[in-house]
Amino acid sequence: MKATVTVMLKSGVLDPQGEAVKSALGSLGFDGVAGVRQGKVIELDLAQGTTEADVTAMCEKLLANTVIESYRVEMHP
Amino acid sequence: MKAAVLVFPGSNCDRDLAVAFRAAGFETQMIWHKDAVLPAGVDIVGVPGGFSYGDYLRCGAIAAQSPIMRAVAAHAAAGGYVLGICNGFQVLCETRILPGALMRNAGLKFVCRPQKLRVETTDSLFTNGYAQGAEITIPIAHHDGNYVADPETLAQLAAEDRVAFRYVGNPNGAVDDIAGVLSANRRVLGLMPHPERAMEPAHGSADGAVMFQSLAQALVAA
Repeated sequence: MKATVTVMLKSGVLDPQGEAVKSALGSLGFDGVAGVRQGKVIELDLAQGTTEADVTAMCEKLLANTVIESYRVEMHP
Repeated sequence: MKAAVLVFPGSNCDRDLAVAFRAAGFETQMIWHKDAVLPAGVDIVGVPGGFSYGDYLRCGAIAAQSPIMRAVAAHAAAGGYVLGICNGFQVLCETRILPGALMRNAGLKFVCRPQKLRVETTDSLFTNGYAQGAEITIPIAHHDGNYVADPETLAQLAAEDRVAFRYVGNPNGAVDDIAGVLSANRRVLGLMPHPERAMEPAHGSADGAVMFQSLAQALVAA
């Protein structure tokens, strides 16, 4: 089984990389990009029986820094 | 009077930090990250700058999970002294020994230059050799030094006088110009600038030596 973890900066936290991407899109002529947030996607290949609670614990302990980041777990049985 | 300097794969300021501790008179040992215990009688642990684990995942995130950091957390909890510089500050934040986090510089560039800092509190062994409000010059060299913390944490840091240094001319977007913070018991300091690179006039500044000397004087008396 697999899981996909998406880690994003929390909404109140300024994302300098997202801002740079937004400005680069603007300079390429892509108008109308009101905001860009850049995060990361982590794919986990898991032993059968691993629960969403296990993956959440991985996020809390290592995969995300919950001071600045939020995360979303999707399980793929 | 003993210092221990941690060594992670990718640390690159560990030897400079050991030289600085020794220059101040500390008996100094290097400690590998896989060790699970600190040497007996260590007064202060130095968490050095560098790129532990190649900055994978987040700066300091993997190092924070290493066996030695559990020992460092226990040392800090028991009232031991800890000095985290640059990547070491990031590691201390990732272990939650210090509050907040360090993000990519607002200008997105690696910044490497002498940096003016203001000494914001002299109420710690790290800073009591400076004059309150003094402006000192210490080199910075980082890509992820943009300190962030939630408003409640910032209010608490201010109320408890725990901001040790602020940038004079913010190089990285750090909130409230914060360059270094102290733990609640004032015995753990994390800062992005490199005091171990400002130890003698030939370095361009000897302002960093003051920190190591005041630590040594206080700890030898203890």
